[in-house]
Amino acid sequence: MNAEVVRNTGNNYVGIGLAVLVVIAAATLPLWGNAYWMHEFVNIACFFIFAMMWNLLAGYGGMVSVGQQAFFGIGGYAMLAMGNLAGFNPFITVPLAAICAALLSYPLSKLAFRLHGGYFAIGTWVISEVIRLSVANIPAVGAGAGTSLTAFRGMDRTMRQYGTYWIALACVVATIVLIYLFLRSKQGLALQAIRDSEVAAESQGINVKQMKLAVYVVAAFGCGLAGALYFMSNLRISPDAAFSVNWTAFGIFIVMIGGIGRIEGPIIGTILFWLINHYFSDYGTWYLIGLGSLAILMTLFAKEGIAGLTHKRFGWDVLPTKRIFKAS
Amino acid sequence: MIETIIQGLLLGGLYCIFALGLSLMFGVMRLTNIALGDQIIISGFIAIGIAAILGLNVLLIGICILPIAFISGYLFQRMVLNPTLSKDPLPSLVVTFGLSIVIQNVLQEVFSANPRSLDSGGLNTESFSIGADLHIGVLPVIIFITAIICTYGLQLLFAKTALGRSFRAVSDDKEVAELMGMSAKKVYATATGIAFCLIAIAGIFQSIRTTVAPADGPSLLLFAFEAVIIGGMGSFWGTFVGAMVLGISQQIGFKFDPGWGIWFGHLVFIIILFIKPNGLFPKTKG
Repeated sequence: MNAEVVRNTGNNYVGIGLAVLVVIAAATLPLWGNAYWMHEFVNIACFFIFAMMWNLLAGYGGMVSVGQQAFFGIGGYAMLAMGNLAGFNPFITVPLAAICAALLSYPLSKLAFRLHGGYFAIGTWVISEVIRLSVANIPAVGAGAGTSLTAFRGMDRTMRQYGTYWIALACVVATIVLIYLFLRSKQGLALQAIRDSEVAAESQGINVKQMKLAVYVVAAFGCGLAGALYFMSNLRISPDAAFSVNWTAFGIFIVMIGGIGRIEGPIIGTILFWLINHYFSDYGTWYLIGLGSLAILMTLFAKEGIAGLTHKRFGWDVLPTKRIFKAS
Repeated sequence: MIETIIQGLLLGGLYCIFALGLSLMFGVMRLTNIALGDQIIISGFIAIGIAAILGLNVLLIGICILPIAFISGYLFQRMVLNPTLSKDPLPSLVVTFGLSIVIQNVLQEVFSANPRSLDSGGLNTESFSIGADLHIGVLPVIIFITAIICTYGLQLLFAKTALGRSFRAVSDDKEVAELMGMSAKKVYATATGIAFCLIAIAGIFQSIRTTVAPADGPSLLLFAFEAVIIGGMGSFWGTFVGAMVLGISQQIGFKFDPGWGIWFGHLVFIIILFIKPNGLFPKTKG
């Protein structure tokens, strides 16, 4: 009997082709779009990267965190401190700030990993609150009231906007490509095995602890990246904005609507979130009541999200990470 | 110093009532109720609403609210939470987290963002003196005694009654308990009903003692959680002691600098989590 492992679905060539076209269109946006679109894109890119990281943590690593805003805020503040206080070029500080978040996540994981399941979720929230309260007492970064990013002083406005936009686009593309390649690699297979059953994965020789730690650190890096980008684009930071639990709330919404445990999930979720945000965010409280209710309803009645439902209905799998065993 | 510790113990009494609701639901069905803080706040607002419409006194309001709380907890568990329960904690976390956001914004829409408090006819300002210069509020003492009664009551309920036995049975092994003819769904719903009664008591006390505002919920959830973890999961007296430790820590922090009280409480929690991951009085793991 012959057998083969099928890794591509046919859909994915369509998907990749489409993605390349979108990226080319997006890369040239500064030439044909306007400043408002670029700013909007950068903001949505931050939500998207954040959601991808939450998906990696909860959908693949089995770690439901309500405290990822800790790393978002650390990224923002590290970017600001390096730009304003140390005089770095702000564009260079973006990856450096993400590295800061990743480095800090290692000691924090020692604390968070002492808790499991639901208590892990609230534990990460406490950690984020501790960091928020601590930052709110550091006068050098504006304490509780926050401060403005002054590192761009002297730089041409167009250059700042173009630079921020292209960095954001590069981060989005890198996030999707790297996560896709990672999940298709041997390590990615191990991670998906852990998601399905920790005990079974461990018995196959996978080092579950190490794998979870790696995912936690990578997620911190990504959230730090998103935070650095967001506050570089908005030029103003405060502890309440940087460490707001709403970041995680929006991240969860995007992932649950789009489809958890799938790469397409956060992509679809972000596009929907952008539409809802664009048309309804003026409604304030009603807008948030709607988002919260929608997340609850999706979880109760359609846990797989839109990406999962279309996969079930039509068999589409645009960014497949599975290995299907076919006997022939 | 003695005054700070006494104030801390009394504050801990309030935190204990917050924490028992969380501890009870987690103990019976491994469910983490992220909306706990917001449910406490909404109970406070409901009490304020009843007081404004019917003009009842605080004790009567309490008697009115408890059955409502039990029934809504029972129905909430049966209709919303039971379908989310599985080995995977994700669905119940997302649902309670979503509910937390919904409650905060509904309260904001109905009552605006202003803090409000429940009028107790002067009970919140009455105090008595011990010795020359030690004044203790009557209300904090009432709250503290209520906390002891609730802790003792839950302990007794779990140890001595048929209902408590069914709680322990479904907690230990749901499948076997169901084979013995129990309905886990009903047992869970009863547990949540009782937890909601504790939440309602907590909400009434919170709204008399200080004020309630729509965005206050999450910090109350964190205090409750810290008390449970400090004390050690699965032990009600442990939760009681955990709440005392947290109350005293915050009070010492407040004494040092009003801006650092909450931060100091969090710090003590983190230190204890680091040194004793299973809490001061561990009983069950996981």
